Amino acid sequence: MKVNINAKLIKKEQLKNDIYKFSVQAPEIVKQAKPGNFIEIRVQDQVQPFLRRPISIYNMEKEKGILEFIFQEKGIGTQILSKREVGEEIDIIGPLGYGTFGIKEYKNVSIIGGGIGVFPLYELAKNLKSQTKSHINIYLGYRNKDCVILEEEFKKVSDKLNITTDDGSYGTKGFAIDLLKEDIKNQEIDSILACGPLPMLRAVKELAKQCNIECQVSLEEKMACGLGACLGCAVKTSRSSKESPEYWHVCKAGPVFNAFDVDF
Amino acid sequence: MNTNVNLAGIKMKNPVTVASGTFGYGREFTDFIDLNKLGAIITKGTSLKPRSGNKPPRVCETSSGMLNSIGLQNPGLEFFMQYDLPWLKKYDTAIIVNAIGNTIEEYVELCKVLNTLDIDGVELNLSCPNVKKGCLAFGTTYEGVKTVTQEVRKVLTSKPLIVKLTPNVTDITQPAKGAQEGGADGVSLINTLLAMSIDIHKKKPILANNTGGLSGPAIKPVAVRMVYQVAQAVNIPILGMGGIMTKEDAIEFILAGATAISIGAGNLVKPNISMEIIKGIEEYMNLYNIKDINEITGAVTMN
Repeated sequence: MKVNINAKLIKKEQLKNDIYKFSVQAPEIVKQAKPGNFIEIRVQDQVQPFLRRPISIYNMEKEKGILEFIFQEKGIGTQILSKREVGEEIDIIGPLGYGTFGIKEYKNVSIIGGGIGVFPLYELAKNLKSQTKSHINIYLGYRNKDCVILEEEFKKVSDKLNITTDDGSYGTKGFAIDLLKEDIKNQEIDSILACGPLPMLRAVKELAKQCNIECQVSLEEKMACGLGACLGCAVKTSRSSKESPEYWHVCKAGPVFNAFDVDF
Repeated sequence: MNTNVNLAGIKMKNPVTVASGTFGYGREFTDFIDLNKLGAIITKGTSLKPRSGNKPPRVCETSSGMLNSIGLQNPGLEFFMQYDLPWLKKYDTAIIVNAIGNTIEEYVELCKVLNTLDIDGVELNLSCPNVKKGCLAFGTTYEGVKTVTQEVRKVLTSKPLIVKLTPNVTDITQPAKGAQEGGADGVSLINTLLAMSIDIHKKKPILANNTGGLSGPAIKPVAVRMVYQVAQAVNIPILGMGGIMTKEDAIEFILAGATAISIGAGNLVKPNISMEIIKGIEEYMNLYNIKDINEITGAVTMN
C-alpha cells in the first residue's frame, strides 16, 4: 500500500558540491519497500514547482524505519529540497513502482551503474549480500575522480568493486561496461542488474543479449504522478510494432524492467 | 447543511469530482482516499477500441503547472466494462464515463453501448488537444459541437450527457451554445490549453508530440473567466475545472457559475486533494452560514 507521509528529516549530508544525502523517518514506507522502488517528493507546499520529484531509494534501515535518498541539485525542485533542514518534515509518497530488482540466489551477479544512477543499486547490493550467497561484482562508472562517490559503501556490499572514470583520473580508464565485457569473457555471469544513463543501459542490454544473460534495468522517463494515473512516463514494449505501439509505464510496470521486455 | 448537487441529472453528494485523465479509473487512489466520499468519479477518456497513446516524453513541468500529451491511451470500452465498471460499482459515488472517438460514427457507436451500462452519465470529450482526429475537428465551433452532440443524443437517450469543451477558441460561448442546442444536459470546462515548452539545449520541444495541454494552477484564472462567460450564455449546468488546488479555488468556480467542480492536475501531486477540498467547501459554508451549496452557484456579482 502506498502512503503519503510527512517524513522528518533526521540527517542531512552534502556528499559533493551538488549531491545531498537525506535520512528521513519513514517507517510506513521502508517496511514495504523493495530494492528498486522509488519515492515522490513534494519539495514544498506550494504550486511552484508544481510536480513532485521522483527519487530513488538509496538505503533503508528497516528496524529503525529510516529511509535514505541521495539526489543531485539540478533544477528548481532539487534546489529547494537541498535547502530543507534537519527537523523539518518532507512530504513523501512511496513506495512507488511495482517492478523491482529480484532478490534471489545468483551464482555470479553483476551490478552496473553510472553517474547518479548508482544510488538505487546500493540497497539492491546490500540485500543480495545479506540475504543470498550470490557472488556480487559491482561496476560503477563516473565521469572523473571528483564524481566518484560511495566507494566505501559499495565495497562493503560487494565481493568485487570495479570503478571506472571516463578520463582515467581514478580507477580504470573507460566505461564500466568495458570492464564487464572483459569479465564476461572469463566468468560465468548469470544476471546483470543495471541503473544509469541510457547509452550505458542500451550497451548493457546489447551485451546481455549477445551473451544470453538475464538482465534487469531501472529506467527513467519524465513523470508526473508516479501512481499510474496520468500515464505520462511511457516506455515502449519490445513487442510493439511501428503500426501498433504498446506502452507500459515506468511508475507502474517499472521502474525495474526485464531489459528484453522494453525498448529504450 | 446541504452539499448535494444535481449536475445535469447526475446526483452528487457534494460538488467535487475528478477530471478525466488525472484519476485513471480510480484504482490508483484507493490507498489515499475513500472513493465513497467523492461526488462523482469521471473516468479516463475511454474509446471503443484500446488506444496506445503518444510517444514519450508525454509530460513536463511548467510554471505552476504542467504539459501533457498522453494521447488518450486507454484499454478500450470492453475492458472497462469487464474490469473497471464492476469494480467501480462497489463504491457509493456517481460514475461518469469520459467518451472519446475519432469520428462522429465512433462517438455514436460508443454512446450506444454506454447508454445501456449501469453508469450515471457521459462526458463527451470534444476537446483533447493531443490527438489529430476527433476533438480538433468538432470541438471548436458552434456547428461542430452541435452536430456531434445531436447525433450522440439520438442514441444516448437514458443517460445525462455533458459535453467537455476546449478553451482553445476565441469565444468559448459558441461551442457551449452548440452543446446546449444539440441537446446536452450540461457542459464541462475547461480542458487543457494547447501549449509548448522548448528544451533550449536541444533546441527542440520537450514533448515528443511537440505540443501538449497545459493544466494546473497556471490556467485557473482563464478557466474561471470562461466558466463565468458560459454561465451567462447557456442555461444548462456547468462542471467547472482548471487548476483547482484549494477550497478557495473551488469556491471561485462555483461563484462563477459551476454547479460542480473537477479536480485535475492537483490529483497528480496531492492524491488526497479531493478530500481536503470537500472538507474545505464545508468550512466555507460554515463560515458564511450557507445552508445549501446551490445558493452560491453563479452568485458572483460584477463590479
